[in-house]
Amino acid sequence: MKFKQVADTGDDSADLTPMIDMTFQLIAFFMVLINFTNAEASDEIKLPDSDLARPPETIPDFRLLLGVESNGKIIAGGRIIDKASLLKPTLDREIDNARGMRVERTKIKVIIRAHRDAKMGQVQEVMQACRDVGLEDFTFRVKERPRRSSGGRFG
Amino acid sequence: MKIRKIGTAEEKIELQMTPMIDIVFQLLVFFVMTFKVVVREGDFNIRMPAASAASSAVEDFNVPIKVQLKAGLGGTISDIIIDDQESLREAAANKNQMYELLSLRVAEYKEETSVGDFASELEVEFDTDYDLRYEEQIRAITAVSGRYDAEDNLIKLADKIKFKDTTN
Repeated sequence: MKFKQVADTGDDSADLTPMIDMTFQLIAFFMVLINFTNAEASDEIKLPDSDLARPPETIPDFRLLLGVESNGKIIAGGRIIDKASLLKPTLDREIDNARGMRVERTKIKVIIRAHRDAKMGQVQEVMQACRDVGLEDFTFRVKERPRRSSGGRFG
Repeated sequence: MKIRKIGTAEEKIELQMTPMIDIVFQLLVFFVMTFKVVVREGDFNIRMPAASAASSAVEDFNVPIKVQLKAGLGGTISDIIIDDQESLREAAANKNQMYELLSLRVAEYKEETSVGDFASELEVEFDTDYDLRYEEQIRAITAVSGRYDAEDNLIKLADKIKFKDTTN
């Protein structure tokens, strides 16, 4: 019986095309899914969850993100601030930035991302520091929780 | 002048695979490493105009429901007091029930103050202990902002949430 001889091209290298196809697929997948919008959000902060929180419907003209860690340290403008009383220079700078974009200070949305174990008093101190410089629109950011899993978590 | 012959037709152009695969893997590793599962986040709005700014007469129409949150050991909730009168600790067997009751009371109040189909605009003012954990506060805010009825429909309760002025 005769066997057809498989074409012998002389080079032993494997066919790379499928592998490159796959790799490009993977790259495209991760590239599409990556989002840098929350890059400023610290990983240290574990937000509390709530089944009533809804994503904001409108995008604010200017947002100011303030993180409160579980030990009370504040993350603002990419740096860590020890306590709320030292927040004023950062806030003033942000208000200046907002003014540059023609956003009044009362229109600035202050987004508070506090760790679930942070003390409420510390959060209120942060809010007070903001109010002292004329900011008044606050929002507490929380993790959305699907409705059905609610209840019994803290028993 | 002699012109050098460039590769003839028979000469196959060899694509350099190694550098390309190197780069492609670099990219792949970068995206895999920076990949983070996106958790959906939501907001609770709190409006707190500066104390001195003339709090408009419109706002004074509605007297806010005052809710005091008392912190116990380790910053957990120990008591909820509504309008300086009703303490929910005795009525509730556990923490979950306390929040449930709070939600119920706010719903009752909303029903009382609503006229016909016109739902009243409800404002809740929190007076929270310093040590209370943020998580407990969020649970309380959740309880006063809405509740689900038996058919699992969302009933909106408080429209405005604010905090007691700590300055005065």
